Formats: sequence, structure tokens, C-alpha cells
Amino acid sequence: MAPYESDGNTGAEEVEDLRSGRRKAARYVVPVAVVGVAAATIGLVPALADSGDPDLPKITAQQLIEKIAKSDVEQLSGTVKVTTDLGLPDLGGLENSLVSGATPSGDGSSADPTSKLTELAAGTHTLRVAADGPDRQKLSLIENAAEYSLIHNGKDVWGYDSKSNEVYHGTADEAGKQSEHEVPATPKDFADEVLKSVDDTTSVTVDGTAQVAGRDAYKLLVKPKQSGTTVGAISIAVDAKTGLPLKFTLTPSSGGAAVVDAGFTQVSFAKPAASTFDFTPPKGAKVTEDGHAEKTAPAPSGKPGEDFLKGDEGSKGFDGSKVIGEGWNAITTFDTGSKGGVPSGAAGGDLGGFLGSLGDQVSGKFGKGTVFSTRLINALITDDGKVYVGAVTKNALVDAANTGK
Amino acid sequence: MSQADIQAADGDVAAVRAPRPLWTFGLLCSELVTTFRRWRTLALLGVLAAVPILVGIAVKIETSDGSSAGRGGGGEGPAFIAQITNNGLFLVFTALAATLPFFLPMSIGVVAGDAIAGEANAGTLRYLLVAPAGRTRLLLTKYATTMAFCLLATLVVAGSALIVGALLFPLGDLTTISGTQISFAEGLGRALLIALVVAASLTGIAALGLFVSTLTNSGIAAMATTVGLLITVQILDQIPQLHALQPYFFSHYWLSFADLMRDPVYWDDLVKNLGLQALYAVVFGSAAWARFTTKDITA
Repeated sequence: MAPYESDGNTGAEEVEDLRSGRRKAARYVVPVAVVGVAAATIGLVPALADSGDPDLPKITAQQLIEKIAKSDVEQLSGTVKVTTDLGLPDLGGLENSLVSGATPSGDGSSADPTSKLTELAAGTHTLRVAADGPDRQKLSLIENAAEYSLIHNGKDVWGYDSKSNEVYHGTADEAGKQSEHEVPATPKDFADEVLKSVDDTTSVTVDGTAQVAGRDAYKLLVKPKQSGTTVGAISIAVDAKTGLPLKFTLTPSSGGAAVVDAGFTQVSFAKPAASTFDFTPPKGAKVTEDGHAEKTAPAPSGKPGEDFLKGDEGSKGFDGSKVIGEGWNAITTFDTGSKGGVPSGAAGGDLGGFLGSLGDQVSGKFGKGTVFSTRLINALITDDGKVYVGAVTKNALVDAANTGK
Repeated sequence: MSQADIQAADGDVAAVRAPRPLWTFGLLCSELVTTFRRWRTLALLGVLAAVPILVGIAVKIETSDGSSAGRGGGGEGPAFIAQITNNGLFLVFTALAATLPFFLPMSIGVVAGDAIAGEANAGTLRYLLVAPAGRTRLLLTKYATTMAFCLLATLVVAGSALIVGALLFPLGDLTTISGTQISFAEGLGRALLIALVVAASLTGIAALGLFVSTLTNSGIAAMATTVGLLITVQILDQIPQLHALQPYFFSHYWLSFADLMRDPVYWDDLVKNLGLQALYAVVFGSAAWARFTTKDITA
């Protein structure tokens, strides 16, 4: 091609100039058009791909719950996206150190499942799950250029943190069951927790259908009948064929983004490769044997992941704790024994003053106290050392404290 | 457009322009030879080859007392650094992760920024255009040369890292970051695949640099602008308030190559990265074409 790519090389100069000027401008249309097409594709494809809700035979809520209960999916692999937004103050690294400080992992191994999976309590995480029968499961937390894997194969439970190259090893009878159910991560875990608490204070309806991870699903809508709770609604998408919960969304009554949103982005019910569950500690990795995990079983306060789901059932495990109210409005109360409530300023040192500044001061017939709120769980710590925790509004907590007095 | 250009075009069109792919190949060859024989290019490749050597020696010294690398900083440092002592192959991944944010794109920025503007600066661009190659073909040749440099630069880093890793550390079966074991041969295959993905990750900035290069007649200005843009985008990518824009920055998914070390491979971010690079290549490539085919060549 010639240096001057023009087919019209005759004619008056001005006309030529004008035409070539236009042609010059016309060439810039190409990159602009590419940007336009790309923007349109990015904007429209998700909308077009959303091909509407699938047509499925009608089903009652009762049948759907039975379907979930009967679901016997033993083999699956998939990717789960979990977003939690409890409205906790973003403390960055401080939060991490507080969490790991609160978790009695003892040896501080970064491959310990309890310390690792509490990370799920805030932010968006991508998990991969694979299961082949009750004996072999794998849960991987995808991180930036690293991964944390929890592998259960037969009697062994391995935790492998590729970032620090550390390995945690336990056996299935003690640590296995515990770590499997410690922190709910998959939509099924969440759904099981919710369906356990379904009673007459709850309305359960089938709310149409949806497409989740390319599969047709029924949507089960669980709503508290009572007022005063911070739980707005819970929506569970259940796979129409297998009855496996595919997506779990918990929206707070205050509105806004979901507090917990866990759903498969991709799922397959084929048998995962056997090598998926094979694990031998890599050479040079630091292996922590699970020796004293049982003795130092973490207190509920160290597990925010479980806490906010168990909140409505009442936390077991605290001595002398009792539950006020029922259903969604249940408030757990216990006595810390320490008079003075949240130590403020001089009494509790820097940390106390810092904690006090995070809460709101309230007062009522019970005296004075501090309310710590998140978007789901609120807690009232009175100055005489009583603690009231529940998935209820601030006012409900104060009322409970008043009547409890 | 000067009269001389038009005459040159008229005179040669019919006689010389027959479809001869070999000629294009010749142009590409001469471009490649010119680019890779420059001392500057060789110095850039030398610096890139030195990075894995430094990382390897540093890890060797740090772990000579039996401790494991990257432990002191609480898992800080480039990806995969903790695994190097157990398997030298991981030095390839660490070296690529260490050079990808800055060294590699900077050297691409130098080569791409110099492609057109450097010729204009040296006064050789008009002679290149006198040859019956045409501007579009010259631009494509320049882009192909830059891409060849992307690939070569990445392979230099990977190759140097592999040699250093083999000399200083044991080799053998390796554990993926998902905890499964793969054979050394498969590990080598994945290392090669990762090198290719890293090279492909650089096509976006190569096109951007080429576009900048068509805007100016000063080679230094073009290089400085390209590298400046690179640094600016990297900084913007760290600002949390801009999270809505960040997925469209060319550097945002660069480190997704590490997903190839998962088992099974996690493709989501890799595909996003390659798609984004293709988009940048098309947008800035066509912008460079629009600019270069219509601009007045004065030097």
C-alpha cells in the first residue's frame, strides 16, 4: 500500500483538502465504534442473558421444604460466591488481629480452619466446593494468587494455606465434623440453619422461580411474621431437579444490600476427580497437628459466622445464658459478671475507650448501657454487666432489658 | 500530505504492489533484527533476566538457616515465594509475579513508545514510508515486533528463573495452590502456559504505547507518557473508591495468571484478563491506525 492511502488524487486542492479532512475524521470512528460496541456488550449481555424466570410446575412451600430435606446430592462441584455485609466498621488489619486474637487457635497456624474461615464474615469471597459422598469434601477459599483449602478425605482433615505454605492436620471424628459445620459457607449450610428455625412465627411461601448458575430453581421466601426483628426476608433458591439450595439471600428489614448473599455461580453434579481430595503435605511445609482443638473449642463469641445465624435460636454454650422471647425476636441474655459494663476510658484502657466509642449510649429503666449495632445483630451491654444479643432492633433490646429488670 | 508522497505513491503503485507475503515477512524480519540488536533492548532484557537471579539468591540466603521464605513478613512478598525453597519451579511464578507489575510493562512501554516516534525522531520514518510498504502494514509490523518483544521478555524472565531455580533449589513434583499434586512435566507445561498468558497480558499496554507513539515525534516523550500512564493506572487500581472503574484498567487482572496454578484451573479472571487485553489492543490499535494513516509525516 502506498504511503498516501487515497484513491482520489485529482481535482481542486480545496475539495481534496476537505474530502481528505473528512476521511481523516472518519478513521477515528473505528476506535470510537469499538469502544461503543464494547460498552454496549458489557451493558447489554447480562441483561439479555437473563432470559427470564423458567417455567416450572407449581409447588407448595411444604413440598419444597420436603424436597430440600430429601435432597441427596452426594457428588457435586462448583463455585460459590459469598458476600457478607454485616455493617461492621471497616477496621482493616486491626479487625484481622482482633479476630485472630479472639479465636483460640493456640498455635497461631494460619492454616487452622477456625481462624481462616472467620474471614468469610466480611466482604466478598469466592469459594470452590467439591463433594463425593459423606467422606470426601473439599472447600477452597480463592484468594489473590493463593488459596486456602480444607480437604476432608476419609478420616483425615487437611487445611492447606498456600500463601504461607502451612498445613493443618486433624482427624475427622474430632475436628472434622466440627470444622465442617463451624462456619456455614455453602447455600445449603445457610438454608439448613434457617429451616431448622421455621415455626409458627414464620411465613414460608414459594416466590416464583429463578435461574441460578444456569439451572432452574424455585424460590422459597422465608419471612418473620413478628415485627421488631432486623431480619427482613430470607430467599432461598432451590434447584428444581435435585432439591439442592443454590442461592441464599438474607435482606435486613432496614432495607439496602443483602446481609448475606451466598450462591453458586457455577455448579456441576458430576463426580469430581478423585485426585481433588488427595493431599500430601508439600515438602518443607509447616504442619500443625490438631492436638488440643477440642479442649479449646472456640466460644461462640469467636465465631461471627455462626453467631449471626444462631442468634435467633439463642447461643448455646454460654453458662447461665437464657433466651427471652421466641422465634425471630428471641434475645439471648447472659451476665458477664463484670460490673461496669463496657469499660470506658480510664477503666479499660485504650481498647475499652475504643470499644465504647463504637457503640451508642442508651438508658432506660434498667439503667445505662451501650448498644453495638450491625445491620443484623444488635447487642446491648448494660453497665451492670448484663448482655442482651439478638437479631432485633435497638428498641426491642431496650424493652427486653427493661422487662428483664 | 506532501506532494512528494503522492508522487511516490503514484509511481510505485502499479509496478511494485503485487501480493507478496514474503515482502511483509522481510519487513518484519528487518524490524525484528533492528529492534533486538539495539543495545537498549539487550540492556532491558538483561535487567529482566537479573530479577529472578536476585530473588533466587535472596531467598537462598534468607532460608539458609532452615527457615522458610516470606515467613517474617507474615506472608508478604510476591506470590508463591514461600514455596520456592521446596521446588525451584516456583521461582518462575514468583519472578513473573515480581516483574509483571512494573519491570515487564516498563520495558514494553520503552519498545512500543519508541516504535513510531523513535523513527520520526531519528528522521528515518519518511524513508521507511518511501518503501512501498504502506502505513497500515508498517504499523502492523511495528505492533508485531512489539508483541514479539513482549513474548521474548517474558520468556527471558521465565527461562532465567527456571535456570536459577534449578541451580539453587530442588526440582520435582509440585503442589498446586489448591493442594493437589501434579508431576514436574505438567508443572513445566503450566509454567510455559503462564509465560504465554503473561505475554498476552502485555498486549494491552503495547497497543497503548504504539498509539502514544503515533501522537508525537519525540521517542523519549512517547516512552515517558506510556510508562507514566502505566504508573498512574497502577496507582488508581489501588484506590478503593474507584472500584467501579477498576475492572476496566488494563493492569487489573494481570496477576490472574496465578489462577492457572489452581486445580482445577479457575478461568473466570483469566478470561476477563484476555478479553480486556484484546479490547485494549483493538481500541488503541485502531486509534493508532487512524492517527498514523492520516498524519502528516514531517520527519
